[in-house]
Amino acid sequence: MENTRTPWKSYLAMTQTDLPVMKPFQLAPAKPVGEVCLDILSQRRLCLCLLAVLLAWISVDAAIAQSSGGSRPSALETILRWTPLIFFGPSGEVGGFLLNILVSFMAMAIGTFLGLWLGIGQISLIDPVRKASWLVTQIFRNSPWLVLLFFFMLLLPYEVEILGKRYEVPGWAKATFALSLPVMANVSEIVRGAIASLPTGQWESAESLAFSRRQTIWSIILPQCVKRMLPPWMNWYCILTMSTPLISILGVNDSMALTQNVMAAEDRSEILIPLYLWLMSWFFLYSYPIAVLTRRLERRFAVKQ
Amino acid sequence: MVWEWFRWLAETKGINLTIFYDDWDGGRFFAGVWTTIHLSTICIILSILIGILGAWLQKSRFRIVRGLVQAYIQFFRNTPPLVQIYFFYFAVDALLSDYMGISGGILGSYGWAVISLSFFAGAFNAEIFRAGIEAVPESTIESAESLGYTNAQIYRYVTLPLAFRVCLPALNGNLINLVKSTTIAYAIAVPETLYVSNQIWSDELNVTEMMYVMWLTYLLLVGALVWVMHRWEKSIRVPGFGRR
Repeated sequence: MENTRTPWKSYLAMTQTDLPVMKPFQLAPAKPVGEVCLDILSQRRLCLCLLAVLLAWISVDAAIAQSSGGSRPSALETILRWTPLIFFGPSGEVGGFLLNILVSFMAMAIGTFLGLWLGIGQISLIDPVRKASWLVTQIFRNSPWLVLLFFFMLLLPYEVEILGKRYEVPGWAKATFALSLPVMANVSEIVRGAIASLPTGQWESAESLAFSRRQTIWSIILPQCVKRMLPPWMNWYCILTMSTPLISILGVNDSMALTQNVMAAEDRSEILIPLYLWLMSWFFLYSYPIAVLTRRLERRFAVKQ
Repeated sequence: MVWEWFRWLAETKGINLTIFYDDWDGGRFFAGVWTTIHLSTICIILSILIGILGAWLQKSRFRIVRGLVQAYIQFFRNTPPLVQIYFFYFAVDALLSDYMGISGGILGSYGWAVISLSFFAGAFNAEIFRAGIEAVPESTIESAESLGYTNAQIYRYVTLPLAFRVCLPALNGNLINLVKSTTIAYAIAVPETLYVSNQIWSDELNVTEMMYVMWLTYLLLVGALVWVMHRWEKSIRVPGFGRR
């Protein structure tokens, strides 16, 4: 925090509005990972505390295992033994944490593709198209994700017939489709918002250069929107990834379902907390760097228009 | 009567909406909707309180407090809410009841749903409030100082009202998301709309009809909230700030 006060005129330049009463509203620029790590590491007492807790847990854990006469493995051993299963899934099928990531990739790809068209539909000059796109966007934006999952998991057919041959539709494929719908609606809003935020001059100059409306959208408007759309799009990717464990409720063998199976099989209360924390740390390690990158891009793109 | 019409609809057309003519099904369905409403309300209030506290602690003089608040925010933002709710309901509850020597858990599923969802949404609220407070320019505060306001008065009459109006759109987005997230409480058997709908369609075997009823109910609930919040947002918008 420096003490120099920003002169009034630069506020005017920053806000670019007719009434420069406030600074632009921006969500907190998060500290980069390295800085947060350093912050925590520089707290020597906090680090020592965490280390002490971890060591205490390991030693208590080992002591309990000892006192049971070596008949039961310690909690740490148990967790490490099950880790490959929870991460890769049962051998020979898609599952585990990798399935969470796979579902998030595919749902994002489908959702982005559909959402792009829906977003363009929202600025269509044809009245019914515009209204229908708006309605579809609002419906899927305002539905809870779990409700959509239930709806499409239970009402889509569990097998399809193609050319006289029956194919079973795997649960995760239906789940992927169901998860891609809210992504579609939110991408649609991102596209619409980004297009609306471009200066009208862009449209007018394209018109004066005799571009057709289709040409204007695809080669002038959308390329400029990519920069504005990227940070919120990445943010939605994180939200989607954090929602993938919901598919375990519908019986898909993702990391959450497998973790619960492990807990039921072991039936030991002392592994509950470490095992949940272990699972959460994977999601954290996957999502946190993306979140930091998003915030950095946001700050970089926010400066110049 | 209208109820008779729904019975007729079930008998002749096979569209079986038991909740409109069967007292028992109707009773539990609307109790479920009511549970969703008060679960959402309590979580909204608690998450706003947590957000205010978090935003305030982020300004703390002590580095360790700031570090802990930041750790809390990043932890809840970057882990799946479903795993969080399981963690609280199964792991933390077992640990605490073991420790305190109470058998059968200290809080029911409703209590843990409230705690877990409030912490989840509170982490987002803390960042939103902090950003709002930081958006109030120094010059406005200086003007208030030059008019003889004390620090507490500046906070109460200048900073907070402006910050609130600026962060309202982001706050609304998060609160609407919170209402949608209350469906996750299904996983720990809180009898909210999704859970009771599931019970009804298991008992009555009217999956398709109940599915549409449930979806429509959520759309109405969330849609009403979106509409009210949007109106409110528009009416107290700071003029000349932000895009259109």
